[in-house]
Amino acid sequence: MKSLLYVATALAVFGLAFWAYQENYATQQVLKETRGLQREIGAAQVRLSVLRAEWAYLNRPDRLIELAELNFERLGLLPLRPDQFGRVDEVTYPVQPALQITQGVDVSGLNAASGEEVRP
Amino acid sequence: MIRKPLRPLARILDARAKGENPDSIEKENIRERHEEMQLKSRQRAEGRLLVLGVFFLCAYAAVAGRMGVMATSEPREPVASVPGSAIAMQRADIVDRQGRILATNFETHSLYAQPRQLIDPLAAAKGLVEIFPDLDQDRLLADFTGKRKFLWIKKKISPEQKQAVHDIGDPGLLFGPREMRLYPNGSVAAHVLGGAGFGKEGVSAAEVIGVAGVEKQFDTYLRDPSNGRKPLALSLDLTVQAAAERVLDGGMKLMGAKGATSILMDVKTGEVISVVSLPDFDPNERPRAPATGFDPSVSPLFNRAVQGVYELGSTFKIFAAAQAVDLGLVNPETVIDTRGPLRWGKFAIRDFRNYGNELSVTKIIVKSSNIGTARLAQQIGAERQRGFLDDLGMLEATPFEIVEAQGGKPLLPKNWSELSAMTISYGHGISTTPMHLAAGYAAIANGGHYVSPTILKQDGPQLGRRIMSVEAADAARIMLRKVVTEGTASFARVPGYQVGGKTGTADKPKPRGGYYEDKVIATFASMFPAHDPKYVLVVTLDEPSIIAHGEERRTAGWTAVPVAAEMVGRLAPLLGLRPQVEPAQVTGITLTSN
Repeated sequence: MKSLLYVATALAVFGLAFWAYQENYATQQVLKETRGLQREIGAAQVRLSVLRAEWAYLNRPDRLIELAELNFERLGLLPLRPDQFGRVDEVTYPVQPALQITQGVDVSGLNAASGEEVRP
Repeated sequence: MIRKPLRPLARILDARAKGENPDSIEKENIRERHEEMQLKSRQRAEGRLLVLGVFFLCAYAAVAGRMGVMATSEPREPVASVPGSAIAMQRADIVDRQGRILATNFETHSLYAQPRQLIDPLAAAKGLVEIFPDLDQDRLLADFTGKRKFLWIKKKISPEQKQAVHDIGDPGLLFGPREMRLYPNGSVAAHVLGGAGFGKEGVSAAEVIGVAGVEKQFDTYLRDPSNGRKPLALSLDLTVQAAAERVLDGGMKLMGAKGATSILMDVKTGEVISVVSLPDFDPNERPRAPATGFDPSVSPLFNRAVQGVYELGSTFKIFAAAQAVDLGLVNPETVIDTRGPLRWGKFAIRDFRNYGNELSVTKIIVKSSNIGTARLAQQIGAERQRGFLDDLGMLEATPFEIVEAQGGKPLLPKNWSELSAMTISYGHGISTTPMHLAAGYAAIANGGHYVSPTILKQDGPQLGRRIMSVEAADAARIMLRKVVTEGTASFARVPGYQVGGKTGTADKPKPRGGYYEDKVIATFASMFPAHDPKYVLVVTLDEPSIIAHGEERRTAGWTAVPVAAEMVGRLAPLLGLRPQVEPAQVTGITLTSN
């Protein structure tokens, strides 16, 4: 009985040691992956902040004013003035394109052919 | 174990034969046995003590070792707990009210040299001077060949410059990563942002610290990593700010002024939408303040809006009128005696020109009569006037959140006598910043509540305590509107936006007392739209002078007012205010039916 207990204990110790070894290495692997990912996140954030800074630099008011002046002939942009406000009812509706008639039907001729009386 | 008998028969018999006492043999044996037992138990105890001693030694050694490791190693956060913590050391961005970037960070490099490792100091120095023309070759060479082991060459270099230095190919020239502060909009809002510089510098990193403006005021917030890189949102609007700077710059040049400032403020929240001080500078290359002979009125670093303490002249008259109405002393139609000059001791108060013997309170404001407001101040009394101006925040530096604002402490008379009260009523004898004036006008515009000017974005109205009745504020507002429609500020008629405001032209004080004859500070403090004010605009020009209608003119009505009117016409549409005029007829629309 006693020896059985000893054997069982020894086996349990073996098992636990094996499990702990495995967990240890799995944890280290995860930590390594985490570090890698964080490096990537860091690099992406740096890239993002550089892009944001560049975007802000390209959209700086001085440059936009210069661009608007350079391209005045094409765009005709001027500073916003009070008289440029409009009302919704001043906006023209786009002109509806005329319906294209693909198969013409002679309506009056149709009536005549069917022989029906046309009542006013 | 075989126990030794206590009375071995052979010895007993032997002793008996010899006639000795056999008991002594037993005693002897008992003694021996006891000795043996003692020895054994002592050995066991000693063994146990040894084991315990070894155990404790190991335990203490482990604790000490761990402590030693922790004390000597670099502190590091546990990797798994905080995601992205490795890159959280950046300073937070500063954005405008719509989230557009005003200040951000940029990765760059610094250049340093270790002269001991230089292979060819002469070639290195030559190459560096070619890349950076501002370096001095002889001095560089002296440093490279001298005793120095370490030398900073440039704090910030661009990627192109870095590549060029790489191409020199000397192993003694080294780079360190740097985080620099970038202001992508250049000089826009320069005085608010201030600028940043390097604090403690190491090879691998440098501390970025704010040196002025918002950067310095909120330095702790911006540097605190626990804010999670949340940007600092200002109340400024980048578009409005840029347009205001452009218009004011044009106006300043047109009016021949050597400096100008403007403040646009929301009357309910106290948010400053735009604050301009000209001349300005580029915060990316913040100029150094000269050590000696610092003349604030010409330095671009000087923020006129919050540091420029000026006598703002007649713009103060409306406060006297509003208070007199609030106290019930007068109503806008009450007639006041304005015969001049008004003598007080040896001091005489005169008007710009003679406006007749009597004027109503409204007319006093419209015509800008010094004598009339002095009479009002006499009725109010020095004590009550001081209390009222205190309520308006005119006696302390403004709570505006940039470091320079604390330096804008108003200059007050030492003894607030009745004469002081009379001169203060028309803006002489008290010097305040334009920001004070904007806060005061905001109180009139929002119906009588104090609002403290702020640079931070607010969620909703931040009305402070009531300092005058709605009726008094309304009366003052109507008077200000009449100044534009009938009075000194007729150039402020902007089609579509009803502007109400008061002009002020104050002679500049000489540094050694007295006033200049031909140098003035021209101010126009206004609010728009006048029937329901949303914004207050204060424009101040320093030493303006133009030739109009054949004579030289310096008064605010000719200088500050047209600039302010242009600003209103330009900025109000950007603020989303719809003009109340007939819009221009759009071609191509015909009214077909009604």
